[in-house]
Amino acid sequence: MASQPTPRAPRRVAVLGGNRIPFARSNGPYAKASNQDMLTAAVDGLVARHGLAGERLGEVVAGAVLKHSRDFNLTRETVLGTCLDPRTPAYDIQQACGTGLEAAILVSNKIALGQVDAGVAGGVDSASDAPIAVSEGLRQTLLAANRARSAGERAKALAGLRPAHLVPAIPENVEPRTGLSMGEHMALTAAQWGISREAQDELAAASHQHLAAAYDRGFFDDLVTPFLGVSRDTNLRPDSSVEKLSTLKPVFGRGDGATMTAGNSTPLTDGASAVLLASEEWAAEHRLTPLAWFVDAETAAVDYVHGDEGLLMAPAYAVPRLLARNGLSLQDFDFYEIHEAFAATVLTTLKAWEDADFCKARLGLDEPLGSIDRSRLNVNGSSLAAGHPFAATGGRIVASLAKQLKEEAGGGRGLISICAAGGQGVVAILEA
Amino acid sequence: MTDLFTTIVRSPVARKVGVPQPTRLRRYEPGMPLCDGPVLVAGHGRFADGVASWLGGAGVRAVSAPTEAGDKVGAVVLDLSTAIDPAELDQLRLLGAPAVKALKRNGRVVVIGTDPATLTDVAQVTTQRALEGAVRSIGKELRGGATANLVLAQEDAQDGVRSAVEFFLSGRSAYVDGQVVRVDASTTGDADALRPLAGKVAVVTGAARGIGAEIARVLSRDGATVVAVDVPAAGDALAAVANDVKGTALQLDVTADDAGRRIVEHARSRHGGLDVVVHNAGITRDKLFVNMDDDRWRSVMDVNLRSVLRMNEAVLGEGGLSDGGRIVCVASIAGIAGNRGQTNYGASKAGVIGLVEALSRQVADRGITVNAVAPGFIETEMTARIPFATREIGRRMNSLQQGGHPKDVAETIAWLAQPGTGAVTGQVVRVCGQSLLGA
Repeated sequence: MASQPTPRAPRRVAVLGGNRIPFARSNGPYAKASNQDMLTAAVDGLVARHGLAGERLGEVVAGAVLKHSRDFNLTRETVLGTCLDPRTPAYDIQQACGTGLEAAILVSNKIALGQVDAGVAGGVDSASDAPIAVSEGLRQTLLAANRARSAGERAKALAGLRPAHLVPAIPENVEPRTGLSMGEHMALTAAQWGISREAQDELAAASHQHLAAAYDRGFFDDLVTPFLGVSRDTNLRPDSSVEKLSTLKPVFGRGDGATMTAGNSTPLTDGASAVLLASEEWAAEHRLTPLAWFVDAETAAVDYVHGDEGLLMAPAYAVPRLLARNGLSLQDFDFYEIHEAFAATVLTTLKAWEDADFCKARLGLDEPLGSIDRSRLNVNGSSLAAGHPFAATGGRIVASLAKQLKEEAGGGRGLISICAAGGQGVVAILEA
Repeated sequence: MTDLFTTIVRSPVARKVGVPQPTRLRRYEPGMPLCDGPVLVAGHGRFADGVASWLGGAGVRAVSAPTEAGDKVGAVVLDLSTAIDPAELDQLRLLGAPAVKALKRNGRVVVIGTDPATLTDVAQVTTQRALEGAVRSIGKELRGGATANLVLAQEDAQDGVRSAVEFFLSGRSAYVDGQVVRVDASTTGDADALRPLAGKVAVVTGAARGIGAEIARVLSRDGATVVAVDVPAAGDALAAVANDVKGTALQLDVTADDAGRRIVEHARSRHGGLDVVVHNAGITRDKLFVNMDDDRWRSVMDVNLRSVLRMNEAVLGEGGLSDGGRIVCVASIAGIAGNRGQTNYGASKAGVIGLVEALSRQVADRGITVNAVAPGFIETEMTARIPFATREIGRRMNSLQQGGHPKDVAETIAWLAQPGTGAVTGQVVRVCGQSLLGA
């Protein structure tokens, strides 16, 4: 009988670097770029920065939220078009806005287990080059015609066509089970938590100012590669201010209590990002210095359908579980990256962690998680300024936080929190 | 880059009616023979025997009389390094003229003399200085893609002579014509002829496009690991170049205070050292002198000149360029001859020439060489935008009657970057087809 192999101890996983193309508001400069074009550009920029041309990596994992059916193998097709060794395997994932971070978790786990030594985690989304499907009626009719065995049967099937069938089905940013858009969901939660318009506008203005400052000091010189003539995120308004934002009309929520505007909500965006992850040994062999370690991650989901919890509140549940597993408190972090789906999302999450009742009733904690030092939040701007190409946001945040920890702070610990459609949330810890 | 005019003047019809046709130059490709045909090696100087011997080693037939070669020769190497009296210059004519007459298409004339700067005797200096006038005139007479160049050697510069003569005979020097290269007595070992830069780490600034991208490709082809540097806004083109040469892309603005430090850090941490730096990044902001504004003046000076001075501090500092390293700058014939509308550019490029001369002396004890190339009319996206008439004149006003390619500039830089070119320092090699400008 063969002896049982001894299980290997998990390995530390290094974040070696990242690359993204500048994010662009939808129907703008990238209107005609496909997901594959953008992801290829992001990966090729990553390859160039790290000298990986011709290299066979363990795997490339990426995905898109809005995906054409022909792109079923998007990531593998992307790899074949990049300068990586074509023998690099790849697969697609999709977890709404959590896609990018979840991809990083998957690659990290394989590295930790010794199944691969290095991999790329990425994400891409185009809200411009979106898939448009035929209507359900037309689809059923065409399938019936396809099944037909004679000309007569085929004619009969096609006779079922109605003018209304020709209206295409355009993807919507709507939760299938509630019929509410994400913004409408968030507006309900924001109202419930009493998040003020001023606080949201302050957070949005800070996001723009921080992102602009980061660009100006060259922070993104080795994180961003231009694409189609764009070298900075097109949504960025360096001169954004609370005064200017306060003039915008609310777009989500109803009546006098509506607080959410186009300025404190993220716009539909096109873009792609990629992160290079590896074991310590692989990094040393390739003379790459780790920026940070991918320490741990947690994913949570809430039941938003029956009114039990807000759609974007899952990170509020994921973080305490992650903290408990790692023996950390919410205050044990040098930087916090809380994805700004809406300014209200960030503010609600923070408020929930400060709320003793919520922490006790919902999280089962004796004490609230408490507040954070707001000067450590989204220090290089976040999605309100950069924009939010759904699956690309995770990669943007992982790379920026890793660099912030290593090169700007000389070490430390960072928390990433990303909310996702379907009532999900993905969170992670990086350390340098 | 072929425009309509070029298509027309190169058409068979144009050929028939006598429009002068530029010769397709013999450009280096790996594995190509050093020279196309036998080489006449003549003259009684210190180097002729050595040249004939290593030519044989390189698989090239060296002959001592044109008749031995049959009807045509690929090149003529005339060694007059020991000529001490003007009367001896006659040898140039007696030995050289019959062979030049038998020179093949894309042939080469290389004359070896003694560097007059190392001599004191008036008659001797006069004689050696005279070679330059003769060679430059031969260059203007040659047709069919042939070139004439002069190597001025110190007393015992065997390795230097070999390196320079090899370069001038080869297709690497396709667009280098009427040039004088001085070689000192530095000794260098044998190099890998196919991959002379194997194991070397080279940084190229302005590598995203044009001449810079070609420099990256040629250095990589010759075996170097290339760090391609350009401004963040050119990052997409830069990434394509870096991936093409299997090097790394470093997005930075060369005018940043820490540019030199970041380059050194990247080269050391990622590739384990730094052996070659090519300062290629450059811009033009043309305006007549009287209309030149502060911004145009300052940006050209900053990018073309001051950044090079600043980066060199870090490059030559502790932990920077290795001993025996190479710095190659890109000057311009505008820095030699001046150019209308380019007071800023001309000043910056002339400054680069001064920098090369002064710095080369400072770092000579570390075996580091500092040189510049001065491109003439090179066919790039930039020159394609020059108005038609000016462009056509620029293209034709040289002995080879055509514009050069970015590759021609890159080949000269790659030669200066080779370990075997240690005998050449503080010099400016023009890659201009013997342009009439600044001659």
